[in-house]
Amino acid sequence: MADTPPLNVSTWKEAVEFAPGVHWIGALDPTLRTFDIILKTANGTTYNSYLVRGSEGVAIIDTVKEGFEDEFFRRLESVARYDEIKVIVLNHLEPDHSGALPELMRRAPQARLYISTRATSMLKALLRPNREEPFEYTTVTTNDRVSLGDRHLRFLHTPFLHWPDTQCTYLEEEQVLFSGDIFGCHYCDVRLFNDRVGDFRFSFDYYYAHIMRPFKQWVMEALALIEPLKMKIVAPTHGPILRERPRRYVAHYRELSTSTLSREIGDTNKSLIIFYMSSYGNTARMAEAIYSGADTVEGVRVSLYDLEGGEVAPFVDLIEDADALLFGSPTINGDAVKPVWDLLSSLAVVNLKGKIGAAFGSYGWSGEAVRMVEDRMRGLKMRVPREGLRVKLIPTQEELDECTGLGREIANILVGKEEQRGVIEFSDLT
Amino acid sequence: MAKAKITFEDIHQTVNVPAGTRIIEISEKIGAGVIYGCREGDCGTCMMEVTEGWNNLTEPSVLEEKVLRENMAGRHNRLACQAQILGDCKVKPA
Ligand SMILES: Cc1cc2nc3c(=O)[nH]c(=O)nc-3n(C[C@H](O)[C@H](O)[C@H](O)COP(=O)(O)O)c2cc1C
Ligand code: FES
Ligand SMILES: [Fe+2]
Ligand SMILES: [Fe+2]
Repeated sequence: MADTPPLNVSTWKEAVEFAPGVHWIGALDPTLRTFDIILKTANGTTYNSYLVRGSEGVAIIDTVKEGFEDEFFRRLESVARYDEIKVIVLNHLEPDHSGALPELMRRAPQARLYISTRATSMLKALLRPNREEPFEYTTVTTNDRVSLGDRHLRFLHTPFLHWPDTQCTYLEEEQVLFSGDIFGCHYCDVRLFNDRVGDFRFSFDYYYAHIMRPFKQWVMEALALIEPLKMKIVAPTHGPILRERPRRYVAHYRELSTSTLSREIGDTNKSLIIFYMSSYGNTARMAEAIYSGADTVEGVRVSLYDLEGGEVAPFVDLIEDADALLFGSPTINGDAVKPVWDLLSSLAVVNLKGKIGAAFGSYGWSGEAVRMVEDRMRGLKMRVPREGLRVKLIPTQEELDECTGLGREIANILVGKEEQRGVIEFSDLT
Repeated sequence: MAKAKITFEDIHQTVNVPAGTRIIEISEKIGAGVIYGCREGDCGTCMMEVTEGWNNLTEPSVLEEKVLRENMAGRHNRLACQAQILGDCKVKPA
């Protein structure tokens, strides 16, 4: 028997059927190198769109980015007529998947659009420039179903992964999960399927790290809906279709979303980390005093790091798993020092909300650093319950005792021994 | 000026505010767990639960009612970017 030629979707311009009546009708973007400003990709990406045929109509799940419509419509037309389309689903409204929606709705005006309950306001804002009259649409949430006759699509509400309106769509009869950007990656390969393409493991992890990582708790909630499903195939909106052992990728998401620290030391210990920079050792002395104060509190694991001795990436990992963060910086030329800012400007990939923060530092005459770092922490949605400590040049024993006190207080807040100060006055909030 | 106390239950913090203050003006500054999206009463991201003093917030507007309905809000849910404080109340993220 002759081998069938390998699949190459850059020359094959029609739909690719990968389960009975389930087709890939996406587009390739092999030359893309930067996505959404924050992501790099060494070999482009794909915009995966899917078509499902039922006995009573056709569903389209997600479309492609603007500029890639021709490829998408050509593949679509190879397997369906526009008047057969009954259902259009957008798993989230980001333009890389909604770009062809206006034209698709024009060609298939009878189709009904299904979006998540959180997508309403975005739909209006996204389509504003293109159209006057709004689309007819239905909002759906977990366990809502839509029928294509002999086949049914079921929705899973999986918000914030990575847009507020994210959902997944599950084809019950074929056990295919159309997962949107979840389980996706920027990796363009004409062979399309995970068992055929090149080594995309790095791209998969990189995509998770930059897109999903800030939303770990939401990943856990989504996994609670996804894991019980019977799954033959996971079909994301970017990168390879996961048809060989799709569950591995689901399990990997759970692993990536579980904090390493809590796995190692148990959930009962709180982690408090002190980061500092120091030129003459003054801020370093303060850091050590804070360390010794915090370390007296039971149930808190305290760590002390000199920023000079480390690199940003592992510190970001530490910060992600920490409960309280204290930053020490001297004031140099009216500002906190660069290693502190480098770290504080590298935290977009982790969720800091509600972590407790404090700042400290030695200064010579003006001492701006501590307030600036506190403002930055507040800007990052951390809670700054105590005013930071500023010490003029060499700290006295009395000032070091204050540092010890600050360390103890922050640690006590972490374990709930010290409540927030009674009632705050609105006018005191900066 | 009339004052009122609002408690953010997730972080056990009470703030004394002038009547008429919007919850969004306080919650972010003290690091409470309410998340914001559009900040203009459209997206429903900032939904919170009012656990006490339900009647001590301004009445929801027609638009807020609509957004709450679309987001399947419970009986005591409000949008933190819209609700203004008139008297003592307690809230937590929904
Ligand atoms: C180049 C340089 C610039 C400085 N600029 C400022 C400044 O703008 N404002 C200030 O309060 N102190 C300034 N200082 C003083 C330091 O903040 C002070 O020496 C501090 O104690 C250093 O702490 P450290 O030994 O922990 O690094 C400056 C020091 C140096 C060496
Ligand atoms: S933040 Fe969008 S409704 Fe309040
Ligand atoms: Fe996206
Ligand atoms: Fe995407």
